[in-house]
Amino acid sequence: MNQTTEIQAAPAAALSPTALRIAFVAVVFLAFASAPLWSGRAVLSLAVDMATILALAMLWNLLAGYAGLISMGQQAFVGLGGYILFGFVQSTGLSPLLGIPLAGLAAALAAVPTALLLFRLRGPYFAVGSWVVAEIYLLLAAQVTALGGGSGTSLPMWAVRALAPDRDLRQVVLYYIAMGVVCGTWLLTWSLLRSRFGLALTAIRDSESAAASLGVDTRRVKLAVYILAAFATGIIGALIFLAKLRISPDAAFSVQDWTADILFAVIIGGIGTVEGPFFGTAVYFLLRWAFSDLGSWYLIGLGLIAIAFMLLAPDGLWGVLSRRLRLTIFPIRRLLHSVHLLDRA
Amino acid sequence: MDWINTLVEGVLAGALYALFAAGLSLVFGVMRLVNLAHGDFIVLAAYFAYALVAALGLPPLLTLMLVVPLMAGLGYVLQRGLLNRTLGQGILSPLLVTFGLSIILQNGMMQVFSANTRRLHLGSLEVASLHVLPGLSVGWYPLLVLVVAVALIGLMQMLLFRTRLGAALRASSDDIETVRLMGVDSRHLFAVATGLAMAIAAVAGVLMAAKTNFDPMAGPSRLIYAFEAVIIGGMGSLWGTLIGGMVVGIAQAVGGAINPGWQILAGHLAFLAILVAAPRGLFPRTV
Amino acid sequence: MTLLQTCGLTAHYGDFQALFGIDLAIGDGEALALVGANGAGKSTLLRALCGQLAVAPGQIRFDGREIGGLAPDKVVRLGLAMVPEGRRLFPSLTVEENLRLGAYAGRAGPWDLERVFGLFPVLRERRRVAATALSGGQQQMVAIGRALMSNPRLLLCDEISLGLAPVVVKDVYAALPKVMAEGTAVVVVEQDIGQALRFARQYVCLCEGRVVMAGDSATVDRDALRQAYFGV
Repeated sequence: MNQTTEIQAAPAAALSPTALRIAFVAVVFLAFASAPLWSGRAVLSLAVDMATILALAMLWNLLAGYAGLISMGQQAFVGLGGYILFGFVQSTGLSPLLGIPLAGLAAALAAVPTALLLFRLRGPYFAVGSWVVAEIYLLLAAQVTALGGGSGTSLPMWAVRALAPDRDLRQVVLYYIAMGVVCGTWLLTWSLLRSRFGLALTAIRDSESAAASLGVDTRRVKLAVYILAAFATGIIGALIFLAKLRISPDAAFSVQDWTADILFAVIIGGIGTVEGPFFGTAVYFLLRWAFSDLGSWYLIGLGLIAIAFMLLAPDGLWGVLSRRLRLTIFPIRRLLHSVHLLDRA
Repeated sequence: MDWINTLVEGVLAGALYALFAAGLSLVFGVMRLVNLAHGDFIVLAAYFAYALVAALGLPPLLTLMLVVPLMAGLGYVLQRGLLNRTLGQGILSPLLVTFGLSIILQNGMMQVFSANTRRLHLGSLEVASLHVLPGLSVGWYPLLVLVVAVALIGLMQMLLFRTRLGAALRASSDDIETVRLMGVDSRHLFAVATGLAMAIAAVAGVLMAAKTNFDPMAGPSRLIYAFEAVIIGGMGSLWGTLIGGMVVGIAQAVGGAINPGWQILAGHLAFLAILVAAPRGLFPRTV
Repeated sequence: MTLLQTCGLTAHYGDFQALFGIDLAIGDGEALALVGANGAGKSTLLRALCGQLAVAPGQIRFDGREIGGLAPDKVVRLGLAMVPEGRRLFPSLTVEENLRLGAYAGRAGPWDLERVFGLFPVLRERRRVAATALSGGQQQMVAIGRALMSNPRLLLCDEISLGLAPVVVKDVYAALPKVMAEGTAVVVVEQDIGQALRFARQYVCLCEGRVVMAGDSATVDRDALRQAYFGV
């Protein structure tokens, strides 16, 4: 009795009337697309910030929450993306916009040998190993004297102007790129999880050995996810440092900024859920807005909150909410429809 | 002779890395937990020693008498009160909880001790050296660190292979459920293991504090050196860990001799090279 | 006197209920055989008894004390030891270390390393060898010896004949009467009905988590037992 009501409740929330959904999506789209018309530079800049953190959170969630790859070294690809962009601009004299996809490709390429090495390490050792590799990237970047060595470099003035003639317009360009990147990342992760591939990933998340025994080539699936995530992370890195106009090894390969904050956001939101990163990013920015003036105390608080979530609500805010309210925003779950089963029988 | 000097320097530095690594290795072996805050606890021990020297005027190395039991107790309580709750539900929970701890410790130390770099000063022991051969001299203090590292690892080995507690610890790495059937309270056993690991981390931290400058953010790189020593040596082998620490130390010394900017990089590259050539480390456990 | 008694014992793995109200009792120094097909709930029952599975406190009484849901290490210290299915020896430890770890609970009694070596002389020669280097039968002897080292009042043996050649099974079972001679009660879980009935005077047959037959081994109707065993 109880079960039937549950099964009915899930699609009811997920499949609300189509027209309403389209209207909702259209309103949201228009609101975001028209933002430069009704808001200032500061808002757009914050939006770029949020978009990059959200995109990184979605990717980290894909890696750790689904593929079981708990990487503490995604800053390797953020930094690499940034450095490739700066190197590209400086050596070719072309527009930085062309460097962004290149940054993604370079990160994906670098991810191949990195993965082959790191996949020799299991579980927790993979986590620390990925951190070591990111440190190596950092130290190598500090050796590149053409890009300022350890102290880093700024984007040349002509390249900044190539992006847009003035500051306001540049922020608008960055804003649209960021929206494109976050939508692209979302489409990538969502369609990945909805595909057959996603089924394999979910199986790996639930039990790697069981997935392997069912014929899922877990190593190949993980490798593919790792490389795709590196590609997207490289693009996000290029965007981040295009917005900052300055890059240095410590900023580019910061474990605090590009891994610690991200994973805190994912845990608070709900790891291993599609909705989690959205909630986590929102809460993260709220906390940052309210408390970041406190400096060290803010970070201590963030650490305490993350620990509390891990111990008391390991599926995060979204896990708690969705259990209470029984709803999903982005349905990737496969529901068993008895009709189909009967058809086959 | 320069090369011999570099080699000796590397071996001596590696002894400290082995001490960083021993506790990490013990805890991982017993409960499959990688404590990402391990490096930060080493730095915390260094700050405890620093505070004791500043407040009580104790001679730096004498602070070990207080810092070691303090850290061991902290380790016991930490495991019993927090880390035990993270075990048995996959690897995510212990990793993220200890990572959270790492952030808390770094920023807590920043708040209490400021971002300034600190160091313990040993006076004449810092510069005293032993002339082995013409052109080759070895500092007394690094030598002392080496002796302590070898002695501590020897003691741990004896504890693990000669005592009832050691047998229980080794059995835990095989099959914790059956260890409980032997009448072992696993929560207590794990807490004792973490206490031991923290005691060694305390020794490592105090010895480090008198050898190099440190600051609140110095933990992660200690964790990474420790991790590299464990993987190079082969998981589950303490003597392997000692050799692993020395490999990292020698690689760093050689790299640094060629170009000061390559010192740390060379250590990491040695780690990668061994990961490629011998993924199970130099001294893999046979069973 | 009743040593162990279960009263309406129920046990679950998550949502799956594995035991439905088991009532059984065993007296001091007695032997009991638990028989049943695969998945009948025999191992679950043993796991509940030794504290590996959470159950309500009052459902298990041992030596007059409620022990349901007590942690395994506390149960051992009260005198209830287990020889787990598949032996579960510690590969990192030698034979002697495996045996010595069995005495961790620190209970006084007749059994010590010398007595165990007396019971299984072959283990004395191989005491320095890694436990997993032994033959299957010898490993089973280590597992039994290890449990005896805690000087239990009740010894639970889970499928100790599994995977062993018949002649080896005979050797292993030959040790149990000597264990009982020291006043220890023994529960064996067996799939082999003949073996079980030869050893224990009392038997209990489980099927799908319930007791379907129980009684005296000597007077049992074997055909009826076989039917109960398979639940047909």
